[in-house]
Amino acid sequence: MEKTLSKTTTATGQEYPIGQYPDLPPPRSTVGIIGWVRKNLFSSPLNIFLTVIGFLFLFLIIPPIFNWAVMESVWTAASRAECWGKMDSPGCGACWAFISDRFNLLIYGFYPESERWRVNLSFIMLILAIIPVLFEKVPYRKYTLIYSALFPFIAAWLLKGGLGLPPVNSDQFGGIMLTIVIGVTGITFSLPIGIVLALGRTSPMPALRIVCTLFIEFIRGVPLITLLFIASTMLNYFLPPGTTFDLLLRVLIMVTLFASAYMAEVIRGGLQGIPIGQHEAADSLGLKYWQAMRLIVLPQALKISIPGIVNTFIGLFKDTTLVLIIGMFDILGLGRASVADVKWAGLSNEIYLFVAIFFFICCFSMSRYAIYLEKKLHTGL
Amino acid sequence: MLEHAPRQKKNNTNLILRLWRNKESRQVIIQIITITIICIAAALILRNISINLKAIGKEFNFGFLFTPAGYDITFQPILSYSPTDTHLRAAVIGIINTLLIAFSGIILATVMGFTLGVLRLSSNWLVSRMVYCFIEFTRNVPVLLHILFVHALIVHSFPVPKKAIDIMGTSFLTNRGMFVPRPVFGSTFYIVVIAFVLGLLLIYFFSKWAKKVQNETGKIYPVFLISTSIFFGFPLIAFFLAGSPISLDYPVLKGFNFRGGMVLRPEFVALWLALSYYTSCFIAEIVRGGILAINYGQTEAAYSLGLRPNRSLQLVIIPQSMRIIMPPLASQYLNITKNSSLAIAIGYMDVVATIGGISLNQTGKEMETMLIVLSTYLVFSLLISAVMNIFNRKIQFKKR
Repeated sequence: MEKTLSKTTTATGQEYPIGQYPDLPPPRSTVGIIGWVRKNLFSSPLNIFLTVIGFLFLFLIIPPIFNWAVMESVWTAASRAECWGKMDSPGCGACWAFISDRFNLLIYGFYPESERWRVNLSFIMLILAIIPVLFEKVPYRKYTLIYSALFPFIAAWLLKGGLGLPPVNSDQFGGIMLTIVIGVTGITFSLPIGIVLALGRTSPMPALRIVCTLFIEFIRGVPLITLLFIASTMLNYFLPPGTTFDLLLRVLIMVTLFASAYMAEVIRGGLQGIPIGQHEAADSLGLKYWQAMRLIVLPQALKISIPGIVNTFIGLFKDTTLVLIIGMFDILGLGRASVADVKWAGLSNEIYLFVAIFFFICCFSMSRYAIYLEKKLHTGL
Repeated sequence: MLEHAPRQKKNNTNLILRLWRNKESRQVIIQIITITIICIAAALILRNISINLKAIGKEFNFGFLFTPAGYDITFQPILSYSPTDTHLRAAVIGIINTLLIAFSGIILATVMGFTLGVLRLSSNWLVSRMVYCFIEFTRNVPVLLHILFVHALIVHSFPVPKKAIDIMGTSFLTNRGMFVPRPVFGSTFYIVVIAFVLGLLLIYFFSKWAKKVQNETGKIYPVFLISTSIFFGFPLIAFFLAGSPISLDYPVLKGFNFRGGMVLRPEFVALWLALSYYTSCFIAEIVRGGILAINYGQTEAAYSLGLRPNRSLQLVIIPQSMRIIMPPLASQYLNITKNSSLAIAIGYMDVVATIGGISLNQTGKEMETMLIVLSTYLVFSLLISAVMNIFNRKIQFKKR
């Protein structure tokens, strides 16, 4: 009796004093790969059913796509006929030669070949300009930010020419370059305009409020494509007789205005999330309206509206494709035009997949960055 | 007194500055300036318009609406239309087509979105990951690309009518669209409709009565089961009593194309599918967010009250989630309606393509046609937000 009270015996016959018995490892079926699989894939009849359906679906989808995109694909050919000739049966594989044949066109559009270094230079400058905006730990950030703010204007001069550079007509812009020109312009200018509109809409002055509300609600009530139609067909009527300006510029203005109306609503949400006490505290410190906004209210309001702001950016970047409807050739427009080309006719899947991957990389990284920023700025409030 | 006099004078000279430093008067000044600037701008624009119009000999009027349009519209499911009809009728056909695509898109996107959202929350890792990948890939790619892609897929990759993909011998998938049987309504069909309406009324009164009984006595009737059986049973019984007044007109392959039946054209199918699955990804995320936002304590509280999992979901979780889901869902519905204007890229004849596209090009009436298109969309937007606001107010917290 004494013995059993003071000691315990394990299955292997080893004896331990009471209280010294080592912790047993968890049952093997609950940890490791097996445990994970049991918990996440086969925990209940419904779960087993879903798993089976899921695997069946993957099995039906993945091999044919893999086969098409990799196994049967052709990477070098001069035309669709040659491409399809190299396959077991025409069209059973992807003809990536189409993309490499069109690669320069898809990036530069119809930009003159001798001047393409300017586009390359602006791409590099764009990346250099974005880095200090995105990350805080950049050396000399104060000065590099000034460069970032100046970048849109430098790039405009570089791409458009004039002042020493041979001018390039804006209807020669195209491809990824045009997409990025519209996207970056819209993103750069829609945020400040959006902030002003949001402040106007929340202002205590009725006249300002009504004007801003009408503008925002009008823009949000109509599709972007109608605004682009207005830009391309009837904007000239609004201007003094004889003035014409570039279609690209008109489109840039419309896209920016469109995005800033959505931006204004996102920021208004953020402004309304700031407690009235913050405004009162700013007032009691003797800060003027703009000081209070710049130092107290907007930093907090912008912080809580980051997800919405980035979503608007992503939406704007995706909406740049709409310019193909008014006859401009962004990357999707060129893709669509290439499908109609006699030499490569009908290879729509390849080109649209390529364009889709381009947009996915851009937009997905934007949304990842937003999540990173949200975590970084989260102060626990 | 003497000391005050000079300061008074100084203040008078700087009256504007003084007014500017006073908060109330400054606000008045700013508003006056804003209104003045806007009035001047509006006047300038109106002046420019009238000068420009006169310079090219155009007039601002809507008379062109009553002249023959002269172009054909390939998709006219409800009202008939021929090239000799007026521009006005073309506009109406366009508006109907826009409404049709918006309505069917909203329904499919809602169903798909709620399904995807629930699957995304599933405890099954594989399904949840698969849905996650689908959602992330779809919503990070422009909707126009989806539309063009699906359209090209149908037109380029689907077989010609002779080799159509046969779905149970009644529907056929081809590169000219989807051929489905067309219901032909017999003369006694009205009986089924009456039965359906009667069923709806019965469901309404029954659920009201069941709620009253539950409030008074606590007795619970299986409202959902009974309502569903009335919803389907009534029209079904009436259908057989009236002697099956619906017959189906099947599509039959004749020569190079199908005859009979009903065709869903590639433009319509592509636009419908692409808009729906694109928007459903956003709806799925909204639904997921709405369900996750409900504290688990709510579920535990419901269980501790003795509610069964089904009941607690139905009475506690879903009503609270709906409050969060509703407002962003409304804006997704608006987005579908507005995105349906991309129809013009693949030749589906919606309001932008008819009156804002071909009519504009034929008559050169940019102002008038764009005005019609813009006001159409504004009316749609206002209508949808009004309906959703009413619905929203019904499900929001009741302030007591």
